[in-house]
Amino acid sequence: MSDLFFQLIEKNVLQLAIWETIYMTFISAFFAYLFGLPLGVLLCVTDKEGIAPIGWLNKILGFIVNVFRSVPFIILMIAVLPAAKLIVGTSMGNKAMVVTLIIAAVPYVARMTESSIKEVDKGVIEAAQAMGTSTFKIIYKVLIPEAKPSLIVGAVISLVTILGYSAMAGTIGGGGLGMIAISYGYQRFNNDIVWVCVVLTVIIVQLIQEIGMLIARKTDKRINK
Amino acid sequence: MIEINNLSKVYHSDNGDITALKNINITINDGEIFGIIGLSGAGKSTLVRCINFLEKPTSGDVIIDGKSLSSLSTKELLQERQNIGMIFQGFNLLSQRNVIKNICYPLEIAGVKKQDAVKRAKELLEIVGLSDKAKAYPSQLSGGQKQRVAIARALAAKTKYLLCDEATSALDPDTTRSILDLMKKINETMGVTIIVITHEMRVIESICDKVAVLDNSEVAEQGNVADIFKNPKSDIARKLIFPDGHKENEVTNGRKIRIVFNGENSYKPVFANMIFECKVSANILHAETEDVDGKAFGQLLFEIPDNDGDYERVKKYLDDNKVVYSEI
Repeated sequence: MSDLFFQLIEKNVLQLAIWETIYMTFISAFFAYLFGLPLGVLLCVTDKEGIAPIGWLNKILGFIVNVFRSVPFIILMIAVLPAAKLIVGTSMGNKAMVVTLIIAAVPYVARMTESSIKEVDKGVIEAAQAMGTSTFKIIYKVLIPEAKPSLIVGAVISLVTILGYSAMAGTIGGGGLGMIAISYGYQRFNNDIVWVCVVLTVIIVQLIQEIGMLIARKTDKRINK
Repeated sequence: MIEINNLSKVYHSDNGDITALKNINITINDGEIFGIIGLSGAGKSTLVRCINFLEKPTSGDVIIDGKSLSSLSTKELLQERQNIGMIFQGFNLLSQRNVIKNICYPLEIAGVKKQDAVKRAKELLEIVGLSDKAKAYPSQLSGGQKQRVAIARALAAKTKYLLCDEATSALDPDTTRSILDLMKKINETMGVTIIVITHEMRVIESICDKVAVLDNSEVAEQGNVADIFKNPKSDIARKLIFPDGHKENEVTNGRKIRIVFNGENSYKPVFANMIFECKVSANILHAETEDVDGKAFGQLLFEIPDNDGDYERVKKYLDDNKVVYSEI
């Protein structure tokens, strides 16, 4: 191990980076869901097969989502920095990175949500309509509760994706394990530091994955226990 | 009362228009069990969805207790649907809710207080015979139990009408029988008017008072079940009653009787005993029976000499033994 590695631990730089990675990921995911979940529901219900088809709205939303989804994150991140400056007053540091992560993750979360909601049995929706349920009530009494296990699985996948994005944010001034790996590891030729960051990231991903899947399984009433 | 007036439904597709229903006129009186039968593709599923406007008819109207559904606003229509329960072939229970919460669902929608809703749901569970399953989830129930929960849910909001879309088609003969019995019981004790959509004659003859036979998007004939069984006028009705193509005008000169087996004990030699006891020489014209777990299903068409004494004896024997039959 290089001296730098021990210095990083001694000065709590690595510990802080782990914390930064975790909180950037979760804060971004929270806000991404705040906007992405309704957007995904809207994409699903306004579809021509949906419960409230509105063709033009669906096409516009679908187009915007696709544009954002098709730009690679590392480019999108730079492109939306001015927006981050507008919102949080700076284009540097973790605050700005969280904004770019949210902007990148919202379309992703929307598509994940859309596909989960689409899995809800059409017959169950029809039964709800036959019982006189309004479109709005179908959304929060049928679609979201019925899709819950699938939505949780989607959230786990989204969290892991956002974690990956947050590491990339290390290249343009964000903190976290990505920044450590790039500036202390890659740029100063300390391969051991890169590997430590890799292992730590893998551990965080595993924890999110295992805990998330456990919650998904526990809440799914379709499984006989 | 449900009046279906001149109802037509046309689907527009890229390959031209598809007519699903053509000029349907049916009146369903309160307290009836009304059957709608047809082969697949005849339009019966579309018809049942037009009754509660899940599908909007292209022309014509549905009038329920004097209220024309096509004149209602969206909100009024949702309100009206709370009065019309519906059950399905696939049960369509909410998989993430347990039994009691499934039954509470329509009450939630109607804005009933939670305590009252739970109380009502428990009453209904009692009626459908599943009180011990209140906390179970749909995945833990059998098909028959799921349909019982669906029936309880459909009736929870004190619905006056119950639409059944192939409700027994996914069930085995035994369970079908018990669900049909339950429907009959609900009709008799709660006064619920039931509309039964099916492709099985067996279902029609075991519970329905009246029947409409759908063929090629049109009503081929309708009337009392007994009359149509005795004397089916349309080709399609004949085909549904005699799937193997029995022809009414076969050269016979005796009197014909049709026996229906609806799950009676197959070990009991009903027909043979009839011949011994009534001392008649019965001639079998058509028979199709199957034995499922010791229960007989199917029908038997036979002829006895045209002699009033024989005929009356046979009828008395069949009545005494509670055999379902019709004279043809």
